[in-house]
Amino acid sequence: MSTPDLFDIAQKEAEAQGAFISTVLCCGSTACLTSGGQAARDAVDEVVASNGLERDVRVVSTGCMGLCSRGPLVKVRRRGEDEVLYADVDGDAAREIAERHVVGGEAVEHGQLSLDHPFFARQVRVVLEHLGEHDPNRIEDYILRGGYKALERAVLEMTPEAVVDEVLKSGLRGRGGGGYPAGNKWSLLAKAPGDDKSVIANGDEGDPGAYMDRTVMEDDPHRVLEGLALCAYATGATRGFIYVRAEYPVAVRRLEQAIRQAKRNKVLGKSIFGTDFAFDVEIRIGAGAFVCGEETALMASIMGGRGTPVLRPPYPTERGLWGNPSLIQNVETLANVPTILNRGAEWFASIGTERSRGTKVFALAGKLENTGLIEVPMGITLREIVEDIGGGVAGGRPFKAAQTGGPSGGCIPAKHLDTSMDYESLQALGSIMGSGGLIVMDDEVKMPEVARFFMQFCMDESCGKCLPCRAGTHELHELLKKVCAGEGTLLDLDRLETLCEVVRDNSLCGLGQTAPNPVLSTLHYFREEYEALVAGAAVPQASAQPGVNAQDGSA
Amino acid sequence: MADQRTTPTAGAERPTPAAKAAAAGNGSAEDPREKMLTTQLKKVRYRADALIEVLHAVQDIYGFLDPVQLLRVATELQLPPSRVLGVATFYHLFTFEPKGEHTCTVCTGTACFVKGADELIAAVERELGVPEGQTREDGVLSLLQARCVGACGLAPVALVDGVVVGKATSDMLLTALDKAGVGPMADGGAS
Repeated sequence: MSTPDLFDIAQKEAEAQGAFISTVLCCGSTACLTSGGQAARDAVDEVVASNGLERDVRVVSTGCMGLCSRGPLVKVRRRGEDEVLYADVDGDAAREIAERHVVGGEAVEHGQLSLDHPFFARQVRVVLEHLGEHDPNRIEDYILRGGYKALERAVLEMTPEAVVDEVLKSGLRGRGGGGYPAGNKWSLLAKAPGDDKSVIANGDEGDPGAYMDRTVMEDDPHRVLEGLALCAYATGATRGFIYVRAEYPVAVRRLEQAIRQAKRNKVLGKSIFGTDFAFDVEIRIGAGAFVCGEETALMASIMGGRGTPVLRPPYPTERGLWGNPSLIQNVETLANVPTILNRGAEWFASIGTERSRGTKVFALAGKLENTGLIEVPMGITLREIVEDIGGGVAGGRPFKAAQTGGPSGGCIPAKHLDTSMDYESLQALGSIMGSGGLIVMDDEVKMPEVARFFMQFCMDESCGKCLPCRAGTHELHELLKKVCAGEGTLLDLDRLETLCEVVRDNSLCGLGQTAPNPVLSTLHYFREEYEALVAGAAVPQASAQPGVNAQDGSA
Repeated sequence: MADQRTTPTAGAERPTPAAKAAAAGNGSAEDPREKMLTTQLKKVRYRADALIEVLHAVQDIYGFLDPVQLLRVATELQLPPSRVLGVATFYHLFTFEPKGEHTCTVCTGTACFVKGADELIAAVERELGVPEGQTREDGVLSLLQARCVGACGLAPVALVDGVVVGKATSDMLLTALDKAGVGPMADGGAS
């Protein structure tokens, strides 16, 4: 029985990579490919081939480099020189860079983006550490960067209890929204009786404005697998599932490939690292249902059924997949685990705040100069994210609000820009951390419209099982439509508020319980906009609803 | 040891003769798509819990969920037809009508919403005469919404036959559709 020799694999990969004089890293993420990244890569390949430099220049399509709004991004690294990052690289620019910098050895002045740019400098990368650096298609590249070392050490040198302890000590909390301490969940599953336990990676990223999990699954699939395998080892689970949205076909492909590679290298499957620890992972694909992000609904979907949630308790750690103890953890949460074991719980706990340890990945979007994927230490202020990393609101317009937590979250107004980004502070403001969507809105955005948008989403996504959510979201949407159309009254605003409370307090699962959040938070911080609408005042309408130019009010 | 689990996967490894007969009974037996579906069913070993995967396969192969095929799936996976229909209707990605020759999908995720996805939809509706969520009468174009395609950095985003148009304006999107071969409807349906 052969055991994988990680050191040997890493050594060979280092030698292979070291043989090249230059490396050209082309961002291969969706955003960059969309804005012409393939043309850039093709141009580089062409120049390299026509100069016969295939043995000297390594061209790699990497994972997301982060600054999506300035894509396609290309990084050039020549032996003994500082690396140079180029932004907005179209086919022609790529050809010039390849000819002058890669072949000629002289950097092109225009289009360079300093790596000291606050967008990069302010980030702390744990989960995203390999993105934009390595080739997500190769397990060797992951191993070269220390991949599967944590699993090796855990399986060979640590007891499962020690792994659970390490995760407990790190203070890692669930990154999917709720923020439940990961270690607690792990020890619950570890203590649960039964020998058919499952661990599930939740990659059903439903928040319409978030793509952190997608990026991690696409661009560092082995990190997810390693995190899941560590979780299985610690909890005694023998089966693993990764539940991925059907909208993410690339993630599915990359994960499938990663599983094959991991099995071939014996870091997954039977007798991992030559021990009797066996663990297998299956991918399950969703079919477009936001509610499947909820634990019990997700499990129903994995078992091939309608994704309707059931009342908890019993929690999945008692009765999960096919009645056996199971554990569900968000993709980003699991992706933190290999690093926690490699660098130690103390190191991890030193990042972030007292109760929110570590980093958080955000999908920074909306009306900002710089948009893209960022990873920041918890406790950073919203202002730092918006002004430093995001470069401020686009076009110099005033900042109005930041929306976090998607359809379950709320809007944070300008007066709270100095809020610390951690679980408790966001909750205190009526929003949530959520999975990490962060959308910035300027003064052109109408808050009641935003509330209506999210309520429509929740209405469409309500599974229909319980009345408060099924009928409540519908009625709330009707009320919001009426208000947005300028046909509401002050009484409607009261109705809105009351109904929000009813839906929040009586719904069965998280979807219904949090659906009123966007309404309540906008009503709280931007009530004057609602009042202006019901008074029929001239707040211009974003969408062309019938009856916009409503009756001249008494305002 | 993996095979001894008490899961609903037990049994039903092989299609019953009845299933085969039912499958052969509809349409021509020569239909290559039928074989493709059989391959997919074999791949999941006729497991009932693979229903969602199988429905994806049906949609990939036939373009939509044909009731005849749903019945075949029910028989082959040994599930009540009501269960198959129940699951199929639950998830948004499954469709029961054939799509148009071309599809235009506008992302209506939050970032795209904030950056004016509404206008993109309105422009396509107006200029090309196809109501949102539907297929044009001549079957050339379907106009759909997507919840979030995960390219928020490029909002607003639309997809024309699966190709992403980022930082889209109405003009860009209409040009992309024109290039894909979608013009206004011949009989001036876009009034």
